[in-house]
Amino acid sequence: MLKVLLARILFGLTITMSQFTQADITSYEFSEPEMAERFVGLTTVLRCPKCQNQNLADSDSIIAKDLRTQIQTLINSGQSDRQIAEFMVQRYGDFILYDPPFNKATMVLWLTPIGMLIIGLFALWFFGRKTHTQGAMLTPAEQQKLDQLLANNQVQDRD
Amino acid sequence: MNMTTKRLLMVSPMALAFTLGVFLYQGIGQDPNKMESSLIGQSLPSFTAETLISPSRTVTQVDVLGEPALINVWATWCPTCRAEHEFLLTIAEQEKVRIFGVNYHDQRVAAQQWLTDLGNPYVFSVFDPKGDLGIDLGVVGAPETYLIDANGLVVDKVTGELNERTWKQLRAQYFSLLKGTN
Repeated sequence: MLKVLLARILFGLTITMSQFTQADITSYEFSEPEMAERFVGLTTVLRCPKCQNQNLADSDSIIAKDLRTQIQTLINSGQSDRQIAEFMVQRYGDFILYDPPFNKATMVLWLTPIGMLIIGLFALWFFGRKTHTQGAMLTPAEQQKLDQLLANNQVQDRD
Repeated sequence: MNMTTKRLLMVSPMALAFTLGVFLYQGIGQDPNKMESSLIGQSLPSFTAETLISPSRTVTQVDVLGEPALINVWATWCPTCRAEHEFLLTIAEQEKVRIFGVNYHDQRVAAQQWLTDLGNPYVFSVFDPKGDLGIDLGVVGAPETYLIDANGLVVDKVTGELNERTWKQLRAQYFSLLKGTN
């Protein structure tokens, strides 16, 4: 009983929440449905400059609302996605892109994972090599001594 | 495995942790909201807008040129703007700093009243109720203060409250620019 009630409350909440996030996007009008799709796409990949962990579609800050209207205007005036992204970068910097381009400032960001991968592969190779060669590191004399010791041990075990 | 490699292997995680520590330590106290403005080093965007005080008076970017100046983005709904207002009045009066306002996303009557009640540090304020000029300036939120030279080139920017401490960042530049103009 309680479970059903809980499930209903959760379901209700989910519906209300999704309506919240959808409300803003659907209130923007476009002449063609394809434009509305592009609008959704752009507001998803562009970041809100004020609230750093939200995209333009999710944020309710003044600046995000302004930028959504701006994107709507730009799309309706026939600008391409690329031109709109450039418009935003010109004003707000690379920061506004969730997918930052490779340049001097973002070099560390892009190269660190590659560097880590190379270090990891090197370490793997380094340790892998060690275990394989360990057996061959004994000189013939040492090997003979080892065999002898093992043989002695077996004899003793039998007693 | 010989001693040197063993030692190296023991030291490397420590070195790694140390490097990471230094890197993270630098981040402490840094404001993540503080971003390099894309406008710095560029010219002020062109605009045509009404002034806050008189709707019949139209101003453009040309009207702020001629001498270095501050462009201060403000609004009556912004508590930090209220906090810095006294300071703006002080530098406008005592240091004769040229300040232009951009009244951002605001109601005209409320903003006019604000200037009547608290005093007006601005040569004039551009009325920007929809934030159009704000977008071209790359404004993220109010208050923001831009330092421009006599030709309208944006030299520096303070995001957030302009006060004794943040004015220090702009002050020397402002007066050296002023010296260059006169």
